[in-house]
Amino acid sequence: MIYDVEMETLPREDLEALQLRRLKSLVERVHANVGFYRQKFDDMGVKPSDIRTLADLKLLPFTEKQDLRNHYPFGMFAVPKENVVRIHASSGTTGKSTVVGYTNRDVRNWARLMARCFVASGASPKDIIHNAYGYGLFTGGLGAHYGAEELGATIVPISGGGTKRQVMLMKDFGPTVLCSTPSYALVLYEAAQEAGIDIKDLPLKTGIFGAEPWTEEMRRDIEDKMGITALDIYGLSEIMGPGVGIECNIAQKGLHIMEDHFLVEIIDPETCEVLPPGEIGELVITTLTKEAQPLIRYRTRDITRLEQVPCRCGRTTARVHRMMGRSDDMLIIRGVNVFPSQIESILLETEGLAPHYLLVIKREANLDTLEVQVEVDEKLFSDEIKILQRIEGKIVKNIKDYLGVTAQVKLVEPRSIQRSEGKAKRILDLRKPN
Amino acid sequence: MKVEQISIFLENRAGRLEEVTRILAENEVSIRALSLADTSDFGILRLIVSDHEKAKKALKENGFTVGRTSVVAVEVDDHPGGLNQILQILSQGGVNVEYMYAFVQQSAKTAIIVFRFDKTDQAIELFGQKGIKVIPGDVLYNL
Repeated sequence: MIYDVEMETLPREDLEALQLRRLKSLVERVHANVGFYRQKFDDMGVKPSDIRTLADLKLLPFTEKQDLRNHYPFGMFAVPKENVVRIHASSGTTGKSTVVGYTNRDVRNWARLMARCFVASGASPKDIIHNAYGYGLFTGGLGAHYGAEELGATIVPISGGGTKRQVMLMKDFGPTVLCSTPSYALVLYEAAQEAGIDIKDLPLKTGIFGAEPWTEEMRRDIEDKMGITALDIYGLSEIMGPGVGIECNIAQKGLHIMEDHFLVEIIDPETCEVLPPGEIGELVITTLTKEAQPLIRYRTRDITRLEQVPCRCGRTTARVHRMMGRSDDMLIIRGVNVFPSQIESILLETEGLAPHYLLVIKREANLDTLEVQVEVDEKLFSDEIKILQRIEGKIVKNIKDYLGVTAQVKLVEPRSIQRSEGKAKRILDLRKPN
Repeated sequence: MKVEQISIFLENRAGRLEEVTRILAENEVSIRALSLADTSDFGILRLIVSDHEKAKKALKENGFTVGRTSVVAVEVDDHPGGLNQILQILSQGGVNVEYMYAFVQQSAKTAIIVFRFDKTDQAIELFGQKGIKVIPGDVLYNL
């Protein structure tokens, strides 16, 4: 089913006409009301009237997270403060937190977009939605909450934490949809097991998972264990919150972007050039309809690929591949952009498992070399040399075929020590001084 | 009639082999037979030990990747042509040897050859038909 049939199935031509109209109005608004943008436009010699086609978007400046920090807390607002009805903020783990404001209309639009997401996931007003996203300054909880109410479904605003109680309520209330981070879904599964409850026996049929990167392997794991369809949802607080894009339950392939509200581009994170559809790069989003805090060409740092092929679910909106990593992790090896997540998916495809790996980059005789160290675990291990060498060869070939980079693959013993520190270190770049 | 062999993945750097033998010694596991296959980067140490469960557990706890494979051990008279007779049986029966290693018993009258086959059960059947003495695991572990 499709929630907003008109907007989600617009022919591309009509969609682009709508986007252009909204973009022109947006540029006028930020130029008139946001000092930061007026200054930037003036510095670059761009006037709102220069935007005549969607391609003129590239004339406009980028916005970075640091710009939001520099104008903390309310310096990026495009409306008077009294028109702002809600504030959200991201956790400031790497500096000051970033603040987002919403007008009444922003909040209503967000609810409608989240309702679209629920319907794309297969949900209807008959469903009970167990919302384990955190409520509060974080956008996840309230974002999903308002969307569920907009749809007319029943929302259980359980928020995060209290896992045992969550499991009990899942058993008693019989929710059909779970909203949480993918890792929390597995925590719930394990807690249910401990309590002697098999989630497969409950009415739960769909999981809408986001707010952290996850892999196809994790999806399969969750789907097998819980007997549900697991879907990826995307959003970020600076742009709005959850609901920027979601996978449909029909194709489960790529996240449909709500293009009537968000104009998306993929750029080369190094050169900032716009890349054609299909190429991997950084996702850049322009908020077409946001009133309180619109952003022009916001650099998400998320790495993905854009496809404009209509989906068999009927939606005509562009889809992005599940986020493959962060642009901060990008490596340039002999001029080719390589993301650790690409190597990870090749390893996953090659042997059907996601081994622990380390990418070692060196410069030998003025040439960059990439060594992929793959830990040999019991699933990969064989007592026959030729089988291990065949695996090495297959990985080398697949990296060459997919990425165009010649890598050396080295099988190594597991390194338990590095992993105990939490997040595994994936890159060792010996080209840099120090 | 099969023998359980453990195999250990080793990076090609100093001290790794010693680490394995140290762990086995500490756990009072005896090595009955061994072979080491190597490439420029890594090696595979294959061992038949007095207690493979215990050895595997101890090595895994110390961070090694350990595999287990069923192999076949046969006893051959220690004289010229002894091994050739066995290999003839195998090649006529269409069984391929993945790898093998041999050692001479203390009595020095017979040698024991450990085989890893592509078709293990077929090989055992062939040996049975031709009257070749296959050594059960329990005997080998307690040699």
